Amino acid sequence: MIDVLIIGSGGAGLTAALAAKNAGASVTVAGKAYPTNSQTSMAQGGMNAALGNVGEDHVSSHIADTIKSAHGLCDEEMVQQMCEDAPGTIAWLERLGVPFSRLDNEKSGTQTIAQRQMGGASAKRACYAQDYTGLKILHTLYDTCLKEKIHFLDEYYLLNLITEEGTVKGATFLDIRTGKVKQINAKSVIMATGGYGALYHGFTTNAYGSTGDGIAAVLRAGGAVSDMEFIQFHPTALKHSCILVSESARGEGGYLVNEKGERFVDELKPRDEVARAIFSQIKEGQRVFLDVRHLGEAKLMELLPQEVELCKLHEHVDPATELIPIKPVAHYSMGGIDVDTALEVNGIKGCFAVGECSNAKVHGANRLGGNSLLEITTFGKVAGENAYKYAVSVSSKAADDTQQQKDAGEIEALLSQKETANFYPYREKLGNLFYDKVGIVRENDQLNEALNEITMMQETKKEMGISDKSPTNNQNLIDFLEFQNALLLAPTIISAAIARDESRGAHYKVGFEHEDEALKKHRVLQWKKEETCK
Amino acid sequence: MQIKILRSETNTHQLYTLPAGEIPLLNALSYIKETQDATLTFSAGCRASVCGTCAVRVNGREELACAYKVKSGDIIEPLQYHPVLRDLKVDKHKAKETLLTSTAWLHSTQEASLTPSDERLSETQTDCILCDSCYSACPVYAVNPDFLGPFALTRAYRYSADKREGDMKNIIDNIQSNGVWDCTLCGECTAVCPKGIDPKMDITMLRGLSVQEGYNDPSFATQSFGTPDFGGGGFGFDPNAGF
Repeated sequence: MIDVLIIGSGGAGLTAALAAKNAGASVTVAGKAYPTNSQTSMAQGGMNAALGNVGEDHVSSHIADTIKSAHGLCDEEMVQQMCEDAPGTIAWLERLGVPFSRLDNEKSGTQTIAQRQMGGASAKRACYAQDYTGLKILHTLYDTCLKEKIHFLDEYYLLNLITEEGTVKGATFLDIRTGKVKQINAKSVIMATGGYGALYHGFTTNAYGSTGDGIAAVLRAGGAVSDMEFIQFHPTALKHSCILVSESARGEGGYLVNEKGERFVDELKPRDEVARAIFSQIKEGQRVFLDVRHLGEAKLMELLPQEVELCKLHEHVDPATELIPIKPVAHYSMGGIDVDTALEVNGIKGCFAVGECSNAKVHGANRLGGNSLLEITTFGKVAGENAYKYAVSVSSKAADDTQQQKDAGEIEALLSQKETANFYPYREKLGNLFYDKVGIVRENDQLNEALNEITMMQETKKEMGISDKSPTNNQNLIDFLEFQNALLLAPTIISAAIARDESRGAHYKVGFEHEDEALKKHRVLQWKKEETCK
Repeated sequence: MQIKILRSETNTHQLYTLPAGEIPLLNALSYIKETQDATLTFSAGCRASVCGTCAVRVNGREELACAYKVKSGDIIEPLQYHPVLRDLKVDKHKAKETLLTSTAWLHSTQEASLTPSDERLSETQTDCILCDSCYSACPVYAVNPDFLGPFALTRAYRYSADKREGDMKNIIDNIQSNGVWDCTLCGECTAVCPKGIDPKMDITMLRGLSVQEGYNDPSFATQSFGTPDFGGGGFGFDPNAGF
């Protein structure tokens, strides 16, 4: 039996794998795609660490900015730990060979790493690699995993966690290639499965696969989720394709203008405020644009080469000479699997969670740009080490195959069941519903309508199914399983939003436009058990 | 607008009709799957040209489905030299093997003073998204399935050019067999790279580094000096042949 099973092979999973292996653990990483396909590849702007290379900066300022942006919903000790570890994490990535952008200052090591300013930051703090920061960190982590001979199981789709008396014993997977349901026994499990932004299908910067599979599995296994209502909308996605234009475009001096050419917001405010300002312009009938023309072609190509290419390709505009049409769309889920300070899942012993799927309470009600890459690499290490520490202390008696048999039966039923309703239009409907009624500005009547529609959709789900009956390489089946997870998470988001009669960070509700001190608490949800704490 | 897609089950090109207008190929594939034929199988991820999942061949040339705009009459096929798992979905596990053999990572890290010009030494190479387009376009695979391949060698170059690498020879040693000398320098990889990477140049640079480390072109000794050899093993002009 392996010591540590890591589910999800993005930046958080790879970091956890390296840390666990380094600590002495036997490790397997199972992911539904290949490691380098993950959402981490899409992170563009940078990774925060108060290095102070460009101007004065302090860890204490990083902590203060993060706490301020969290609007009272973070665990200050976790924030402190993340920010204090940040320079060390950058030094670690530097040793692995991450090609950070550089300063010309005749110094050496991490002192030569350049930093740029992101929204809500009081200093130039985000270390970057042009606008490919996530991609370059992810691939360097992957190369290092190959060097360390980490064992990967690719195209393994997580079905369920296996638990006995509230303790994790492993997980079941659908081996996408063969169609077989497999069981992996492990002494400890790390969830690193990413966020749930793809619920906003068609209105998100996220990859298709960010459907919250791991979070849904934790709920089914009796674990808790928290702060599900906090979904960050990125202010600047390309208007027609919803492809992300990094915040660094504003950090480098880009302006937001309406069609009259007026600036209407301080572009360096935190994302929630900027997104709402854009949304109200759009509500007034204004089109909104990002203007980076004044930066000049040479600087744009040096700092934002990816953006320039994507704008030309998807919007037919050249940012050097034309305005970029944008709109805010769902980008990052602050809530997720509820974990304690050791990153162990609330409700499931031996199970840890890290990255966007987890709620380590460092982002609170609004995440600062540059803190997500930081979270996955600093806490990925913590999760890997803690999971191994736990693994050495537990028995290695494997679970029986009850869960595997059950899951195999369900997959078989799905494959043989007659499809009367195509679920793809419902996936699109779910995306529209969420953007319209569980979006940037919320309202109780609309949230209740959304909840009703979800309930109806769950009823209709009984008639939905898949028309592709192939047991092997069945993407139709995977899409449907993902959609089921999205439908399972949808009510947790909406009901948490209904319960929060206030406005805080990314959650903004009409009629309750201010923060309510009495609601300054996390909303923790568990299957058949709802409660609030703290 | 009509396009043809190679279906693995029948090994025939199936005709699909799409609405008129500008549409990225990935959206077209999703449209077909969602509304016409749920069995059509392909891989997709970020939609933004950065995760490397959706590379396919369009009219015989490698493209990222999310970045290619469909034209009527297009013929869509899976990548070459990859086992086809189903329709446009291929097995990319070979990438892991070639990267492992190339030992494309930092072997012995030393602290270095890096500048913006050092950053530019590998800036393009580190844009690689492992989409496998270059591997699919490389004619060497037609004759040598063990070739390390363009992306693995580009990655090996990336680390060997890094001032933080204190043991560059280690990487060079590991790319000699089925590596830098087996490339025909035909440039097909460079032509299809969606990120503008030039693996051909990287391989040329690695040959230079190999010579510095005492290696010679192993094919040099066996080459014919009597007659012109434009075959280069049967795939394009070999600039080293006959000289």
